[in-house]
Amino acid sequence: MIFLTRKAEFSSAHYYWNDAWSQAENERVFGKCANRNGHGHNYMMEVTVSGQVDATSGFVVDLKELKDILEREVVSVYDHRHLNLEVPEFATVIPTTENMAVAIWKRLDGKIPHAKLHRVRVYEMADLFADYYGEQA
Amino acid sequence: MKAYLSRRYHFSASHRLHTEVYDAARNREVFGKCNNPFGHGHNYVVQVTVSGPIDAQTGMVCNLAELDAFARTNVLERFDHTNLNTLDCFREIVSTTENLNIEIYSIFQDFTAAHLESVHVEETNNNSFDCFGSELPAVGRI
Repeated sequence: MIFLTRKAEFSSAHYYWNDAWSQAENERVFGKCANRNGHGHNYMMEVTVSGQVDATSGFVVDLKELKDILEREVVSVYDHRHLNLEVPEFATVIPTTENMAVAIWKRLDGKIPHAKLHRVRVYEMADLFADYYGEQA
Repeated sequence: MKAYLSRRYHFSASHRLHTEVYDAARNREVFGKCNNPFGHGHNYVVQVTVSGPIDAQTGMVCNLAELDAFARTNVLERFDHTNLNTLDCFREIVSTTENLNIEIYSIFQDFTAAHLESVHVEETNNNSFDCFGSELPAVGRI
């Protein structure tokens, strides 16, 4: 069993806001992230899959194919977009790094042939990241 | 008290992904630019993680100098500035980083001064591989 990790980057805008709360409460909880004009990050995601190494190709999964899947399912949807305003799953869910890890998991789960999705790690910046291992973990 | 120790090593090597089982077109289709007949190269990073009790006298899981010497003799001197495809271990199998990861894991199994947990190999900044042997890693270990 080998665990294979592929990284991909995207740049997006977002803000943190809970409609159920007053402006004062949003600002108290989310601080400067509650600014409704939004702000942005260079995000990096690391997607880890697990599987057996194919005896002939030596691959767990074709890296090019995995790169294309990450591009199609996530990067093309998130990159240079406003997450709250343009990405459907964040219309009602706050695009925190934690929620992004879960959302990316849902976008990728079942889409990667010959391998099992093991972990989605999302870096909002170099010193902050969130990990999601699916519902089982 | 059990602790984990990880150490990173670097080596540079060339390789070509190719198998005689496939014809030329299929090799090109499966391996893409990695099938270039002249090969290409990477700066590989190997990160080995060992574990064990912290020795009461030395305060160490294992002596880093011992681990370094083992890595130098058995991994770096063997792989650094080589063409991986010319090595015995890749005579029968493709020199993918999955297979390289398994080979390096099996080499570190002979390091007896601490328990081998895992071997992590980075082929580029954007892809990496982890081998835990036959064990599954506990959640959070990867």
